[in-house]
Amino acid sequence: MIVRYTRRGALARSAGALALAAFGTISLAHAANDSADLIKKFTGGKQASEGKVKLDLPEIAENGNTVPMTVSVESPMTEQSYVTEVLVVGDGNPNGGMATFHFTPLSGAAEANTRIRLAATQNITAVAKMNDGSFYTASKQVKVTIGGCGG
Amino acid sequence: MAEIKPRIKLDKKEAKKGDLVEVKALVQHVMETGQRKDAQGQTIPRKILNKFTCTVAGKQVFAADFEPAVSANPYIQFKFKATESGPVVLTWTDDDGSKIVGEESIKVT
Repeated sequence: MIVRYTRRGALARSAGALALAAFGTISLAHAANDSADLIKKFTGGKQASEGKVKLDLPEIAENGNTVPMTVSVESPMTEQSYVTEVLVVGDGNPNGGMATFHFTPLSGAAEANTRIRLAATQNITAVAKMNDGSFYTASKQVKVTIGGCGG
Repeated sequence: MAEIKPRIKLDKKEAKKGDLVEVKALVQHVMETGQRKDAQGQTIPRKILNKFTCTVAGKQVFAADFEPAVSANPYIQFKFKATESGPVVLTWTDDDGSKIVGEESIKVT
């Protein structure tokens, strides 16, 4: 194929690239993912109260590829009163869901730690479901330095 | 593919009844998100460990569902209450249905 590089063609191409770049940033800025829906589905529309849940995350994550996260919920963890599930979501990733932890009275403590990926600075929300059907929640913002300059 | 051997550590091998035992586990896995593209612009298909369970003496003490937001070589740390002696079995389930299993044991006195 012969590619004729004309001024007009070059202009058209650069305009296209510009439009694409602009669109790209817009869609990033409005990265409204499914995190809110996931919470709604998890609680069944019920309002989750603040408290009891503790989210332990760094304020600033230099490397968004692996960010240590600890979630713990205050609970006696007995047959009568325990945490059944904890949902963790983030609003800045392509997909809102991060992890769900399932506990039983045999867990002894409603506490789990894992490492997560963060695509950008975002709010992490944990929602805990108690065995009596009540919900508790906590949020934390993590700033992500992409490129690892140490900011 | 060589069989993946998870690294599992219990903070105690013997526990008194009612004690909390902490489990730390690390398993090698790419945890491919399904978002990335290769050099040819083709999307690399998602391949993650989507489920993790831990049973002690046959009873489930902890489980987790992982999404692509969990880092490569997933690390998990949790606790369980020592109630009876027996094997501590950790199972990770891959998207393709295969399983990675690791086993330790706990002695409850």
